[in-house]
Amino acid sequence: MSKHHVTTTINGEPSEFLCETQQTLLDTLRDVLGLTGSKEGCASGDCGACSVIMDGKLVCSCLVLGVEAEGKTITTVEGIASGDHLHPVQQKFLEHAALQCGFCTPGFIVATKALLDENPNPTETEARYWLAGNLCRCTGYDKIIRAVMDAAAEMRGVAR
Amino acid sequence: MNYVPSDLKVVGTRPIRPDGVDKVTGRAMFGADMVMPGMLWGKVLRSPHAHARIVSIDASKALKLPGVRAVVTADDFPNIASEEAFVGEGPMNFRDLSRNCMARGKALYEGHAVAAVAAASQAIADRALELIDVKYQVLPHVIDVEAAMADDAPILHDDLFTANVEPTPTKPSNIAKRVYFHKGDIEAGFKDAEVIVEGRYTTEPVHQAYIEPHACLCSYGADGQSTIFSSSQGQFMVRAYVAKLLGMEIANIRAMPAEIGGGFGGKTLVYLEPLALALSKKSGRPVKMQMTREEVFRASGPTSGAAMEVKLGAKKDGTIVAARHVLKYQAGAFPGSPIQPGCMCGFAMYDIPNVEVIGYDVVSNRPKVAAYRAPGAPISSFAVESAMDDLARKLGKDPIALREQNGARNGTKTHYGPTHQNIGYLATLEAAKSSAHWKSPLKPGQGRGIATGFWFNIGGESCASVHVAEDGSVSAVSGSPDIGGSRASIGMMVAEVLQIPAERVRTIVGDTSSIGFTHVTGGSRVTFATGMAATQAAEKVVEQLKARAAMIWEITPDAVDWRDGAAHPAGTNAGAFEPLPLAAIALKAARTGGPITSEMSVNAQGAGPGFGAHICDVEVDKETGQVTIIRYTAVQDVGRAIHPSYVEGQIQGGAAQGIGWALNEEYIYDKNGKMDNPGFLDYRCPVASDLPLIEAIMVEVPNPRHPFGARGVGEVPIVPPMAAVANAIRDAIGLRMGSLPMSPPKVRKALDVANGDD
Amino acid sequence: MPTLNYAAPSTVDEAVKLLAGASGLAKVLAGGTDLLVQLRSGRLKPELIVDTKKIPGILSIREEAGGFVVGAATPGAVVEAHAGLNKAWPGVVEALDLIGSTQIQGRCSLAGNLCNASPAADSVPALFAAGAIAVVVGSKGRREVPVEQIPTAPGRTSLAKDEFILEFKLPPRPARSSDAYLRFIPRTEMDIAVVGCGISVTLDDKGVCTAARVSLGAVAPTVLLVKAAADALIGHTLDADTLAKLDAAARAACKPINDKRGTIEYRTKVAGVLARRVAAIAFDRAMGKTQGKTH
Repeated sequence: MSKHHVTTTINGEPSEFLCETQQTLLDTLRDVLGLTGSKEGCASGDCGACSVIMDGKLVCSCLVLGVEAEGKTITTVEGIASGDHLHPVQQKFLEHAALQCGFCTPGFIVATKALLDENPNPTETEARYWLAGNLCRCTGYDKIIRAVMDAAAEMRGVAR
Repeated sequence: MNYVPSDLKVVGTRPIRPDGVDKVTGRAMFGADMVMPGMLWGKVLRSPHAHARIVSIDASKALKLPGVRAVVTADDFPNIASEEAFVGEGPMNFRDLSRNCMARGKALYEGHAVAAVAAASQAIADRALELIDVKYQVLPHVIDVEAAMADDAPILHDDLFTANVEPTPTKPSNIAKRVYFHKGDIEAGFKDAEVIVEGRYTTEPVHQAYIEPHACLCSYGADGQSTIFSSSQGQFMVRAYVAKLLGMEIANIRAMPAEIGGGFGGKTLVYLEPLALALSKKSGRPVKMQMTREEVFRASGPTSGAAMEVKLGAKKDGTIVAARHVLKYQAGAFPGSPIQPGCMCGFAMYDIPNVEVIGYDVVSNRPKVAAYRAPGAPISSFAVESAMDDLARKLGKDPIALREQNGARNGTKTHYGPTHQNIGYLATLEAAKSSAHWKSPLKPGQGRGIATGFWFNIGGESCASVHVAEDGSVSAVSGSPDIGGSRASIGMMVAEVLQIPAERVRTIVGDTSSIGFTHVTGGSRVTFATGMAATQAAEKVVEQLKARAAMIWEITPDAVDWRDGAAHPAGTNAGAFEPLPLAAIALKAARTGGPITSEMSVNAQGAGPGFGAHICDVEVDKETGQVTIIRYTAVQDVGRAIHPSYVEGQIQGGAAQGIGWALNEEYIYDKNGKMDNPGFLDYRCPVASDLPLIEAIMVEVPNPRHPFGARGVGEVPIVPPMAAVANAIRDAIGLRMGSLPMSPPKVRKALDVANGDD
Repeated sequence: MPTLNYAAPSTVDEAVKLLAGASGLAKVLAGGTDLLVQLRSGRLKPELIVDTKKIPGILSIREEAGGFVVGAATPGAVVEAHAGLNKAWPGVVEALDLIGSTQIQGRCSLAGNLCNASPAADSVPALFAAGAIAVVVGSKGRREVPVEQIPTAPGRTSLAKDEFILEFKLPPRPARSSDAYLRFIPRTEMDIAVVGCGISVTLDDKGVCTAARVSLGAVAPTVLLVKAAADALIGHTLDADTLAKLDAAARAACKPINDKRGTIEYRTKVAGVLARRVAAIAFDRAMGKTQGKTH
């Protein structure tokens, strides 16, 4: 069985890997590259736990073939913080207790970063619809939404 | 040790949880995140039939496929005898558990495991499953609970006879047992009643729908010593169950708790671990297994669906004089629905002189139910709290006033036996009544509902240890998997006792070889019971610290006070010493008796019950039947909130799950007994845009049996929502929806029937 | 074990040759949001995947002859951000935008949605109503096909083995023309349409409808173009009588099934409801009373 050789940029680092056609980007991140922060909750694009940013667009990595990553630039949850300095979204999720089990959290962190990159001042409704593809079963979304809105305000430089 | 609430410095604050950074950066290790050298991948072959005799299983072709290392079937597991145990969140029969993990003789539901394979890659394992030849003799099946109770229903188990009925049955039945509670004289009570309401209610099975599928990595050593890394609600439960199912000595298994991606009761038993360890034993290699989402739906959880009848009788002044409830709960393929707690919780909020409750535990060709948040209570309370709403309307009374009038208070004897003590039901109702939400006006077309709920909360066996490091920082070890922030609350309680900042205590969850036996994270017991063990361990550490200070000062330990994280002379008589902080004592530990450490085990009693009252506003699109939740408030007696953010989180999360249960979640079966919606696309959990912010109002009626007054908080909030939503819909459109889920087609149909358009 | 091959050709000719030369099942990959789910579940076992996204133009939108040409694999998120399309064809844009989550929008395409041939596809009723033309390429060259001739049955299309859609043409808009799409789902997001309805209209200056196309999704084995419903609109303003006739015509066209997403009875009733609501939005937009799409 011949494998594809894929050259890509992941979290700012050049990265090469081998994968079979049927392996998804999520499979290659987790099982080939050891980046297990992206989670598999459904493998059908319905839960968002595997969210990554690919060439500026938020996608489910379970719905992208690993081989399609050729030449792309990908950000996973492991690439959101800078060293030991958390991204404001991460910090606000912690402060607002916007996670309980934490399994959906990587997907929410990535999806929220993508939201705020595109729309720095979302309404609550816009945030809820943007994040509708990220399932959380623990929080009822209340504290997640509060964290998102607070992170947006902080990133805009608005005092609370 | 008594703590004056106003003196608390850590309890009641909102520090960042100790495991938080790992979870926002993707470093936390969940069940599927671990790898081992030489690891194989395991997969399960599952029955395509709802009910079938397994005639033969031929794995020879699969075993010839390059890369396949082992296949196991029921023949590879001991055929164990019937034995009831209580290790999880309810009674568990090991024989049934074994047969649920791997079908023996018969497949009892679509998705029932019939074989498992270990191979070098997932793709090879998938291919191997296709090569295993299973011959089935398909049998008639039954899905619906009342159909399963019928005389001519297909029988799942030839050796199952209804328990607790006279005379002892001679014919096997799908009714595993009858449950009966009564108080007073039910017939006289209804005779005395001036107003009667009656209703029939049905609910569908709903899944816990934790986002993390079940996953484990198991390694069997040639000497029998084995490790299990898995996501569960109890590493000790995993150890005990796997040992039993594989015939191993318990101490030969070291079960390591992975981070758990949600459980809600659904991870209080094992599915994959026994198979993976058996495959590891056969192949000599570590074996990793993870379920697909489809497998999670078809073969794990859910909780029961049910059919129920409620009858309430009251005097015209609102005094309820008689209440009757008949409940039929689906257990899935093996006995053991939460019928018992269901029968207990429905009327637990009320002081009613004459009560009769009859319950049935019924098997059918569905996956065996697992605990789901306050198991049994949300189902029975949906019926009772809907009927209470109808009674309030019939009496022309405010629904809160009716509940206050008949509400349980200290000294109320329940219909199932115990007498309520130190409960906060009336305080909860009072807080609901005075909430901004309850007082706010509704817009035209909107409806408002209120419903209440009860859960026992439990205590039980727990262990925790506290260790002072050489520099005076502190580590705590809990035996309880942390499913929603309990490391934070346990560390905070330790910090409170030691009088140091929460950040100086780092809490981890220990594996089965590094901390003593601890029951599962379930029944809302961790902050109560494991918290009690941790508090006691911290108290022992304080005693040691005082003794060490006394040694350094050369005074008696009872002349030492502990406050602000330092030893102080108890008074001027004790001597004029500068306070000795924790770090200074830790530094001298070697010279004063060695490491400062303590592990405590408890069998905690006196978990205070919890009550909740939920207020819900809805809008109903009368043309499509779609219900929109406009505003939602959940009031709950939490005893004392250790970390208020995570208490609110439990309340909000439970309410959201309940809203899903109310509106759209259900198991849908086709005519062949196959689940038709085994994915997040068609099993419709609420998404972010479906819900408003959920206001959590915490009432604090302290539980005197806990050092800080804590009650369990995780389960109560899923009890009231279904009736709260139903009562709001009733208010909005004038119709009683007695059947869950109240999905758009059902609401539209009810409207059409009411309008004579049907 | 059978090997799944993958190719990402950079020209139409190359792609057509690959498709024509495949001995087993070959699948075209655009956004992959349906294809990858089918691969993972084992429902589809192709021998070859031809990723068309490297073909020039297939990921972009251009204006041409007063209308628009949308590359077949252009992701929803790109379509949604296109100001000109939003103004001319708000119904097509909102229909594509309703498919799945933000994550799905990063990948999903008009061609994928159409060629997956689900009767419940969100963008398809809007494309039918718009009178969109699919530009199909294959060994025999290039042909232009009205979109309603592409799906033939659930999961089946009229495309030959070596054919795929390169782009869609949306015609120029006369004055006072607009379109709209609504679907009914039990939740607010993430569901498959229980019923979908797309309507495109042109009005005269008094608000009388002079041209209309009405399309319904999820009420028959394929998305329907409902001429009787369009006829109920043409020649009328959107008064109560017209709405009632539209509702009746929409319901009469339904041939749905009972399934996990809805009953025959419910789908039929909701088809009428949606037709009325969509018509109201389309008429308002055509008269310039509202701009752009609503959530």
